[in-house]
Amino acid sequence: MIEFRNVTKRFPDGTVAVDAFDLVIPSRKTTVFVGSSGCGKTTLLRMINRMVEPTGGTVAIDGEDVASKQAVALRRSIGYVMQNSGLMPHFTVAENIATVPRLTGRTRRAARARALELMDVVGLDTAMADRYPSQLSGGQQQRVGVARGLASDPNILLMDEPFGAVDPIVRAELQRELIRLQRDLDKTVVFVTHDVDEAFLLGDQVAILAKGARRLQFGSPSEITEQPADDFVAAFIGAERGKRALRVKQTPHGPVLVDAEGRTQGVLVEGGA
Amino acid sequence: MEWVTGNLDLIGSLTLDHLRQSVIAIAAGFALSLPLGWVAWRYRLLRGWVITVTGLLYTIPSLALLMILPVVAGYPATSETNLVIALTIYAVAIMVRAVTDGLDAVDPAVRRSATAVGYGDARRFWAVDLPLAGPVILAGLRVTAVSTISLATVGILVGVTNLGYLFTNGLQRRIIPEVLAGIVAVALVALLIDLLLMLAGRALMPWARAEAPRRSSTAAEAAA
Ligand SMILES: Nc1ncnc2c1ncn2[C@@H]1O[C@H](COP(=O)(O)OP(=O)(O)O)[C@@H](O)[C@H]1O
Ligand SMILES: [Mg+2]
Repeated sequence: MIEFRNVTKRFPDGTVAVDAFDLVIPSRKTTVFVGSSGCGKTTLLRMINRMVEPTGGTVAIDGEDVASKQAVALRRSIGYVMQNSGLMPHFTVAENIATVPRLTGRTRRAARARALELMDVVGLDTAMADRYPSQLSGGQQQRVGVARGLASDPNILLMDEPFGAVDPIVRAELQRELIRLQRDLDKTVVFVTHDVDEAFLLGDQVAILAKGARRLQFGSPSEITEQPADDFVAAFIGAERGKRALRVKQTPHGPVLVDAEGRTQGVLVEGGA
Repeated sequence: MEWVTGNLDLIGSLTLDHLRQSVIAIAAGFALSLPLGWVAWRYRLLRGWVITVTGLLYTIPSLALLMILPVVAGYPATSETNLVIALTIYAVAIMVRAVTDGLDAVDPAVRRSATAVGYGDARRFWAVDLPLAGPVILAGLRVTAVSTISLATVGILVGVTNLGYLFTNGLQRRIIPEVLAGIVAVALVALLIDLLLMLAGRALMPWARAEAPRRSSTAAEAAA
């Protein structure tokens, strides 16, 4: 469980990136922060592993204030995956994945074995183990980033727009893989994105944020879709238009659901599960 | 040619002297430049000072330095130490800048990423910052090495013997092949050290070559 209690971050230049933010993030679920660029998502995420120190309030993991923990050890215990992979360009794929096990004192051999195992987990051919990140595609680099985040088997995985820079087809594939992974691994995932579709696809819980990390709504995708907190949220999630605004159309074979563009999205099944 | 074949022993021993003096100065200059370059990179306020002062060192005429240093430091002008220290000063003048530029060239996102996964500051410097600054530092080191080897010949003017001896002796005795042998020998020593540095760079930084093709292709894309 990760708890934000009245957390504020004012940067030295006066920018208030996060203003009195409160949230309890449940364990073993995927929680997504979604909001437009600059609303404070990355700042929130970085306060969890002390890359950014709050100027007010506390962030606690399982009831313990992170400020009381040693920053370096804390970061090693939390997986972190970022946009543009953040891989070390001078480490091979295996060395990148093995980074945290090496930092925590595992032998080179043990760390490499772990890296190869994780390459399998994230769907990377182990033949790529000795390549450098620059020799991989964007999607492969992100997989390496995910593998590195998982290497020390952390309870918490922080993901900051990890699929933001890859093309839509690869992104869809990576999203599916993350869902599969999460089913097996059962981590506490905190995922940041500016893409509502991605948020609703991946999140058990979604926090919709506005500037200053102001919380507009927090709930499951179904709750938010069924009952948007206000017009802004409704517009933001596209409830009035696009593919979440469905209407019933009668056909000779029964009712179907059609989106705002007139595309049939599915069949209406009465009394279904 | 006859002079050369008749004096191979002399050329050989002068080459060894030359190599010893240059290599010590290059190594010492490199070792001193790492902390100085790091300080200049890390502390913005000191940066201008360190870069300017070390840069100014380079403008001191070498002969003057070789005559002043012994007076200041109290060792004989003719000692090898005198030459090695002077060469080290010039090496530092070039290398500090290279170290600072190299550290500057490290992608801040990679540095942040290293911190985010749990590198402490010191460990990150040795494992991330320094290796990634490596290509720029190596380029500076190669310039330093070649210039040090060529500059070392000036030692003969204050009585420190090395390949420079072939120039002064050849000129005094009007033996042109001796002067030419000196030039060729200095060039060969410089080429040899440069080659060794290049090979060391390849062995230590295999990733730099793996990266090169992509860089050029992105540069081409940017230009298009
Ligand atoms: N180090 C910093 N110094 C000053 N302002 C910053 C810094 N980092 C982020 N900000 C500002 O804080 C706000 C939130 O940034 P960020 O958390 O990166 O947003 P997001 O990840 O949602 O795009 C933005 O206005 C940004 O410009
Ligand atoms: Mg961000």
